[in-house]
Amino acid sequence: MMEIGLNHYLILSTILFSIGLIGVMRRKNLLMLFFATEILLNSVNISFAAISHYYGDLTGQMFAFFVIAIAASEVAVGLGLLIVWHKRHNEIDLDLMSTMKG
Amino acid sequence: MELLLYTALFAPLVGSLFAALFGASPKTLLTGVVTSLLLGVSLVASTILLVFVISSGQFVHVEMMTWITAGDLYIPFGFIVDQISVTMMMVVTLVSTVVHVYAIGYMDHDKGFNRFFSWLSAFVFSMMVLVMSDNFAGLFIGWEGVGLCSWGLIGFWYKKESATWAANEAFIMNRIADLGMLIGIFLIYWNTGTLQYHEAFAAMPALETATLVWIGIFLFVGAMGKSAQFPLHTWLADAMEGPTPVSALIHAATMVTAGVYLVVRSHELYALIPNVGLFIASLGTFVAIFAATMALVNRDIKRVIAYSTLSQLGYMFAAAGLGAYWVALFHLMAHAFFKALLFLGAGNVMHAMSDELDPFKMGALGKTMKGTMILMTLASVALAGIFPLAGFFSKDLILEVAFIDGHYIIYTVLLLTAGLTAFYSFRIIALIFHGEDRHTSLGFHPHEAYKFMLIAVTPLAILAVIAGALQGSYYEYVTLLLPSTEYHIHSSLVYWTMTIGTQLFVIASIIFAYKKYMSKSVKVPDGTSAMEKSFFYKLLINQYYIPYFYEEYLVKPYRELSTVFWKQVDQKIVDATVDSIANVIYHTGENTRNMQSGNLSTMLKWMVAGLVALLSLAVVFGLATRHSDEIMLILSGLGV
Repeated sequence: MMEIGLNHYLILSTILFSIGLIGVMRRKNLLMLFFATEILLNSVNISFAAISHYYGDLTGQMFAFFVIAIAASEVAVGLGLLIVWHKRHNEIDLDLMSTMKG
Repeated sequence: MELLLYTALFAPLVGSLFAALFGASPKTLLTGVVTSLLLGVSLVASTILLVFVISSGQFVHVEMMTWITAGDLYIPFGFIVDQISVTMMMVVTLVSTVVHVYAIGYMDHDKGFNRFFSWLSAFVFSMMVLVMSDNFAGLFIGWEGVGLCSWGLIGFWYKKESATWAANEAFIMNRIADLGMLIGIFLIYWNTGTLQYHEAFAAMPALETATLVWIGIFLFVGAMGKSAQFPLHTWLADAMEGPTPVSALIHAATMVTAGVYLVVRSHELYALIPNVGLFIASLGTFVAIFAATMALVNRDIKRVIAYSTLSQLGYMFAAAGLGAYWVALFHLMAHAFFKALLFLGAGNVMHAMSDELDPFKMGALGKTMKGTMILMTLASVALAGIFPLAGFFSKDLILEVAFIDGHYIIYTVLLLTAGLTAFYSFRIIALIFHGEDRHTSLGFHPHEAYKFMLIAVTPLAILAVIAGALQGSYYEYVTLLLPSTEYHIHSSLVYWTMTIGTQLFVIASIIFAYKKYMSKSVKVPDGTSAMEKSFFYKLLINQYYIPYFYEEYLVKPYRELSTVFWKQVDQKIVDATVDSIANVIYHTGENTRNMQSGNLSTMLKWMVAGLVALLSLAVVFGLATRHSDEIMLILSGLGV
């Protein structure tokens, strides 16, 4: 049985990050976009925790907690806005949100 | 004394700035009164300074502040009141005060009343800086200031095409001459290391003659422009487009005398180079007769008087060139009085005749305008040089100078000019005030000017009469500074023959003028008489075709050259370069604005693309810095 080392964690983190990035680019549903963002953030959290453990320095893990806290508040605000949007327009398709068009 | 000096100098500036505050508002009598009063203050201060300089024989010299210090160059704002500058100050402030008071009446109905007084006082201030400065740099500031103010005043009625044209002509002609002046000043600094008058002149005898000749010539080029000497004289007659008080000021006090002042001020320089002096005298003599002949036939009273100024300036330069600086200065002073008087009188006539300037259309105005007639006749008698008025003492002295120095050609020409002067002066007097009434049939209803305008000019009339009596005492005090050559003809027989001969000649000219132009047969010329068809008349009325020559051979080629440069160089190279830069930026913006579609999804894609681009850049640069040594090696191997 192979020992699970730092590299495995980093590879996992990279794979998750790529999935998140593709999600951000491809998804048209706003809710799905939030999911993709969460995947991005958590992939970074994995790197933080793994590298922190590798060096025996707690700073990285502390940082991961901060990221989790911020992600939670971001989702709270984001979902709130999303619900309001859905109530008004009855849809959450990204392509139909174009009030920022210059 | 310092306080007086500052008062004399800055009172006109204060007046000008005060009037400028109201520049855009409609006529307020206040500005005219305030500027005139401040000019009066300046006049009083100058008078006290004059008394001080006469009684003590000392200078007043102040250094207000440092202006430029850089390396060895040290130019202060210094002012000096000595015998020369105080004479000029008196002339300038006296004539200007009279002109200011007169202008309150003259510009009565003008919309630009306040603006006019602002320019007028600024004009006087510039001239005061010019004459009071103790160095060439300060003189140059005043010199340029006078040029600027003359531009503003000649082109005062800027809605008239001809006025703006004349203003530009005066300004440009003066700029050409100022270049010469500037080169002269540079040469002085180059060779003596200072611009202060007394230091520069003290260092000059040690210089080579060739250098001095160049300095003298270049300074005189500057004087030629300001004093409208041939070939830069055309602007002076065209400057008649300005309001008449301005003409009086330009001709008597604040502008054309600057050139004579410069030559007198630089007398120590010109004493070292008598050849240049002789050239100045010859040119002056030429201009004297040249201008007088043009005045003979002209049909515009202001232009006749302008040519007369030109001619009298020629006299002044003749005297200054021959080394008789105090005579030149004396003639300048006397001339200022009667010339200002003549112009202001002409202003009254113009007003009476609703701006008609052709004396042939007037006639018999003496009946309605007695005061003006007396004043103008007095001024003309003084100008002609009849004993015992001012012109007799100053102008005959110049003739004597030429005679004693043995320049008989100059003497003869100047004598002839004296006759011409008398003739053209009384030609217009006779045409305007005497003879048949020709104006009523043309629909003019002349009226005399305001009383206070006539009273305002009486000081000038008095001075035009009595200035000659001051000759002795004037000589006493001004020669403390200027070379004190007395001009006496030793043989009394020659002296009396000359004096009486000149007088008789002049009187004969006057009588001839009266006889010719008072007769009943004088009509408004219509181009049919034999005289008007003669070659000489055409030559003179067209000012020797010099303006035509300038227009045809200098202005037009220059304009065409400018057009070529405009179309070929400016539009095709300069403009094209600037435009192409602007176009690149414009098109970049045009093409990239599609990114801002407002679609969140697209924008996120662009964001990711930007992130990737920046990351790869960071990686590339990181690698490049880590491996810089190897890269340098490879590059040098490639021969870069």
